[in-house]
Amino acid sequence: MSSDLNKPIAHDSAALYVTGTAKFTDDILFPDDGLHIALGLSSVAHGKLVNVDLQEVLKAEGVVCCLTAEDIKGRNDASPVFGDDPVFADGLVSYHGQSVFAVVAHSAKQARIAALKAQITYEELPAILTIEEAISQNNLLRAPHHIEAGSVDKGLEGAPHRLQGQIKIGGQEHFYLEGQAAIAFPGEAAELHLHVSTQHPTEIQHKVAEALGIGFHQVSVQVRRMGGAFGGKESQANLPAIIAALAAVKTGKPAKLVYDRDEDMRVTGKRHDFQISYDVGFTNDGKILALNVEQFLRCGMSFDLSAAIADRAMMHAENAYFIPDMRVTASLCKTHTPSNTAFRGFGGPQGIMGMERIIDDIAATLGLDPLVIRQRNFYPDKGTSESGKPTPYGQPVTDCVIGQLVDRLSRDAHYQTRRLEIIKWNKDNPVLRRGIALTPVKFGISFNKTMLNQAGALVHIYTDGTIHLNHGGTEMGQGLFTKIAQICGDAFGLPIDRVAITPTHTGKVPNSSATAASSGTDLNGMATAAAAETLKARMATYLAAQYQADVASVRFADAQVYVGDEAISFAKAAMMCWQGRISLSATGFYATPEIHWDPDKAKGVPFYYFAYGAAVTEVAVDRLTGENRLLRVDILHDVGRSINPALDRGQIEGGFIQGAGWLTTEELVYGKDGRLQTHAPATYKIPACSDRPAIMNITLFESGGNPADTIHKSKAVGEPPFMLATSVHSALRHAIEGLITEGMPNLDAPATAEQLLMTLKGMAR
Amino acid sequence: MAQLSIIVNGQRHVNEIADNILLVDYIRETLALTGTHIGCDTSQCGACVVHVNGISVKSCTMLAAQADGAEVTTIEGISDGENLHPMQEAFHEQHGLQCGFCTPGMVMSAIELVEKNKDLSEQDIREGLEGNICRCTGYHNIVKAVQTAASKMQR
Repeated sequence: MSSDLNKPIAHDSAALYVTGTAKFTDDILFPDDGLHIALGLSSVAHGKLVNVDLQEVLKAEGVVCCLTAEDIKGRNDASPVFGDDPVFADGLVSYHGQSVFAVVAHSAKQARIAALKAQITYEELPAILTIEEAISQNNLLRAPHHIEAGSVDKGLEGAPHRLQGQIKIGGQEHFYLEGQAAIAFPGEAAELHLHVSTQHPTEIQHKVAEALGIGFHQVSVQVRRMGGAFGGKESQANLPAIIAALAAVKTGKPAKLVYDRDEDMRVTGKRHDFQISYDVGFTNDGKILALNVEQFLRCGMSFDLSAAIADRAMMHAENAYFIPDMRVTASLCKTHTPSNTAFRGFGGPQGIMGMERIIDDIAATLGLDPLVIRQRNFYPDKGTSESGKPTPYGQPVTDCVIGQLVDRLSRDAHYQTRRLEIIKWNKDNPVLRRGIALTPVKFGISFNKTMLNQAGALVHIYTDGTIHLNHGGTEMGQGLFTKIAQICGDAFGLPIDRVAITPTHTGKVPNSSATAASSGTDLNGMATAAAAETLKARMATYLAAQYQADVASVRFADAQVYVGDEAISFAKAAMMCWQGRISLSATGFYATPEIHWDPDKAKGVPFYYFAYGAAVTEVAVDRLTGENRLLRVDILHDVGRSINPALDRGQIEGGFIQGAGWLTTEELVYGKDGRLQTHAPATYKIPACSDRPAIMNITLFESGGNPADTIHKSKAVGEPPFMLATSVHSALRHAIEGLITEGMPNLDAPATAEQLLMTLKGMAR
Repeated sequence: MAQLSIIVNGQRHVNEIADNILLVDYIRETLALTGTHIGCDTSQCGACVVHVNGISVKSCTMLAAQADGAEVTTIEGISDGENLHPMQEAFHEQHGLQCGFCTPGMVMSAIELVEKNKDLSEQDIREGLEGNICRCTGYHNIVKAVQTAASKMQR
């Protein structure tokens, strides 16, 4: 076979990246008379807009015009679902950094300088900034929702042991290296074409059309690549795109809006910070009988995607553990802060962090190794007699491999030996402490919202035997385009260099879902394979007739088409089909089967399958400074049958390190005025090259392929590895366990050096 | 306004420029060399690294006027025609990239690191690249790429 499937081939843009010739949105050739936009942001967290005086702005050098809510003929809304995110504040501002107006000028610098000249008068109103304030004032976006199984209260009452606790988990800035960027080119009549750095071109198309009061058919959106996204370019890309479109329409000129880093961090939403409290009942040997979990998440000033994020947080509140009686409640706290949004894991990481905290607390109470507690509570593996136990939302877990996966990882990483050695070390070393933890991940794959689990593809074959490939997914660095090209090439028996990977475009594949929920390859790969099968069937039928061969005998391999006893080149076959007037263009469509969800009962089968993995992390902490570092990480992760092991390993490593950043150094600090204090990398610390552990062993779990009927038996890998980083937090906690007083410290996240010191101080009290 | 005479990637450019134009803006806008990226505007992320007289510089915190008379090399200027620089080749082969936005700056910093230091240990590379942020990869393959290139460059 000449196919590139299952091979660790390089990212399709690698050659362009290393030569600086890959075009990101801001790199696209922009005409000299094109215009540049800057935002005018609110400087209060909550207040009435009494007066917006833009006279000095308009007089500034290079300024062409300003845009405010009054310039919007259609809907003044950038929200993905609920209609509650104004493009420009209209009468009221709801967070510090909200867009109030925009300046359009001949250069970006002119626009930015001019924007600072606005005179905005506010009548300030009391602001609710924190989860605590929102809870005490009952300021929720909606009534709390819950998922429930069994009888939790009874289970708790009857349990031999009962424990309560809580954890605070910080948010996270996406920090995609390429900031939000959008360009709008006015076309003929009312038409508009946009280049946007977005995970969701279809939503941009809709939101732009709605703001302009025109039809979706008059707007086209294209995206070749993003310089990172991580969920932050799902709904958050709407605002710059709409504003660029408004400017292009108002001026008749191409218009570009690229956020600078400060702006990006102040304006856009982030990962939700959570407070989680629990009440758990368990047996003498650590078997969990009943669990009540309450999750409070800071949503910011509007819904954005918070409802779905809360659902996923609830659906991952039990992680990999079967708990017969369980209730989880999520309260969506409304605050005067940026509207928090999708971020790799989409609520799952916070849900899982809560559960792993509970396990560690149970272990400390019983004086047992937390791994033992974990193993005693795992969902039973597939193939065992107990397999198929239901989640709290009623989905039977039939594909579980976590038991065998953790056994193998624990053995290969010498977890037990190292743990004993570390415990001994800590007895002798009061200053430099070490800790180790092994934590599992079970992550549900599919969009929570069933309707989003669909995708389309468009495949053309040209008469020289090359392929034009397009699909609804977007490339953000994860390697989706490479994987889909591998799938497409394999279907025709062609190497990947015969397949043209083309930009996502709303005019080619319409009505697409966001590239999100780790589902890019699952959905678009299947749609592409479907298009290829249609084309192959047409070609096979025609060629079989030409050679008087059996249709079933036609095979596509080695850049050849085998017809009966004949072997003809794929190029010749394509030319013959064209000459025979056979259509060489086809669409493909895929909708994930078997999934369903009843939102009222909070029951169903929302996930097509689960992804599994586990990590062992060892850390060191300096007790006197709180400084800490990762010493060694061992990961075993299930990617099914990998379409591209190099790309999958990249996702695992990158996801883990990003998760480690979330739980250690990345801290979002808001001032009392609601202003984000950590709005640049000088104060917001994502992992640097030297933060990576010296030893990092990543192994792909040999599962024999996904039991679910996914594309080539692969498994989604975008989000699940992020949550392997819970092991970092557990290990840090282990390192300071029993240091001053007995028992487990209440270490919150992120466990910055300061947080560790404060925790130790708290323990001393 | 200032008179700027500068050699970029071997080619001399003479321009009348505003005093407050940053080197990165001059490179991206005036010369249309868009491989040099702006990631943070504040000299933290390293996406904008170029070589000025052979030294890695974050071009977002240097005025173009300060580079008057200098020789500047950007990511577009390091390959020898069709032949990639060993560092470019290594980042490609070792999968030292995902979204690619940090790659040009990372490659430029890595080249200077290797050129200026013999026998770099893995730890030296990790510390040497602290000024370049990558949000995607977790750095493992980047370090591997630099090691691979170093062995070729120092042969």
